Amino acid sequence: MPASVIAELLQQHERELLDEWVTAQRLAGIRTDLVDEETVRSNSQELLKLLTVAAAEGLDDLHSAHWTPVKGMLDRLSRSQSRQGFTSSETATFVFSLKEPLFARIQAQCANPVEVLWDASKLLDKLGLYCVESYMGSREAIIREQQESMLELSTPVVELWKGILAIPLIGSLDSNRTQIVMEALLEKIVQTESDLAIIDITGVPTVDTMVAQHLLKTVTAAKLMGAKCIISGIRPQIAATIVHLGVELGDVVTKASLADAFQMALKELNVRLVSATAR
Amino acid sequence: MVDKIPILKMGKYLLLSIQVDMHDQLALDLQEDLTNQIVKHRAKGVLIDISSLEIVDSFIGRMLSHIANVSRILDAKVIVVGMQPAVAITLVELGLSLDGIATALNVEKGMARLEQMVADDELLELARGEERDTSAKAGD
Repeated sequence: MPASVIAELLQQHERELLDEWVTAQRLAGIRTDLVDEETVRSNSQELLKLLTVAAAEGLDDLHSAHWTPVKGMLDRLSRSQSRQGFTSSETATFVFSLKEPLFARIQAQCANPVEVLWDASKLLDKLGLYCVESYMGSREAIIREQQESMLELSTPVVELWKGILAIPLIGSLDSNRTQIVMEALLEKIVQTESDLAIIDITGVPTVDTMVAQHLLKTVTAAKLMGAKCIISGIRPQIAATIVHLGVELGDVVTKASLADAFQMALKELNVRLVSATAR
Repeated sequence: MVDKIPILKMGKYLLLSIQVDMHDQLALDLQEDLTNQIVKHRAKGVLIDISSLEIVDSFIGRMLSHIANVSRILDAKVIVVGMQPAVAITLVELGLSLDGIATALNVEKGMARLEQMVADDELLELARGEERDTSAKAGD
């Protein structure tokens, strides 16, 4: 049985395998700036021990219970490596570099090396792929976390004056984000009983038909609630794009800068600012 | 009918506050009732408070438009006040922008706006009347 042969080999030659494995990893290039050789060695040793135990039970099904410790260990390792800044191939190399020493042993010790080699190769490939998968998984989790925190960070609604709200939009707008922006703005309008809201798009890099439509929806919703919206911060290129695309902004009030919009809003509220020193 | 939305008369204006979930029959009854009341009291303005309305569908949206149109013909201004954010978003997503209906954030602001609208209208009417007088004189 190849399974028991491999398990036996792993057990009998643990020390030599470990040494050769670590050497192979060193040759493949250890990221000495991120990890020292001692850690690599102890990781390798731990995996080798777990592998020996699991291999004795059967090689075929990685989903069965006796592979759980091995997978758990690889999971942990890949996760921490992805957070530390290793690349995915560096993470996979950890497993793949075991091939050379293990195959050499099999060649030397076994009567029918081809069969055993094939099984060992399949096993290590699966484990290597598993490493990459969990590496990617943790990368994606990081990206998701960042996206969510971006979403929360990027939609502040500020009260400029009693009755005047401003919402400075920064970054690209998609339907998901517009929904959040819209809800935040409308909630704040109710909360502060503001008559005017200024949507500032200085920080929005591009405006296409979708974005324009989203903006119009927000303006209409605010209007339905009884508040007036002013869109400000339209840069020259964006104004040109809007016209070029043929987007119909309808009767939405637009201003070039937030200052202009604020001035207009004050006028709407019948407020005048007077310099304290002027006579 | 058990359910009926009360329409209150206050001076030149009619107030109605929708505080129950609107079903279609209720909406139709309201339309009819309101039309009759506008004529009966010769109301100049109608204030509809929907701050308690949490669910809205395209039918209710159309009903609001319809009420506004009917009222306009009867020379009464309509203002819808206190729309909830969720309702506003729903109406926009449904593609109903309720063009031609004035809106305000709360009853207080709505009433002020309504009074202003009616006053503007009267001024306009007055100006037109004077114009007619002068032109009639000039014509003679």
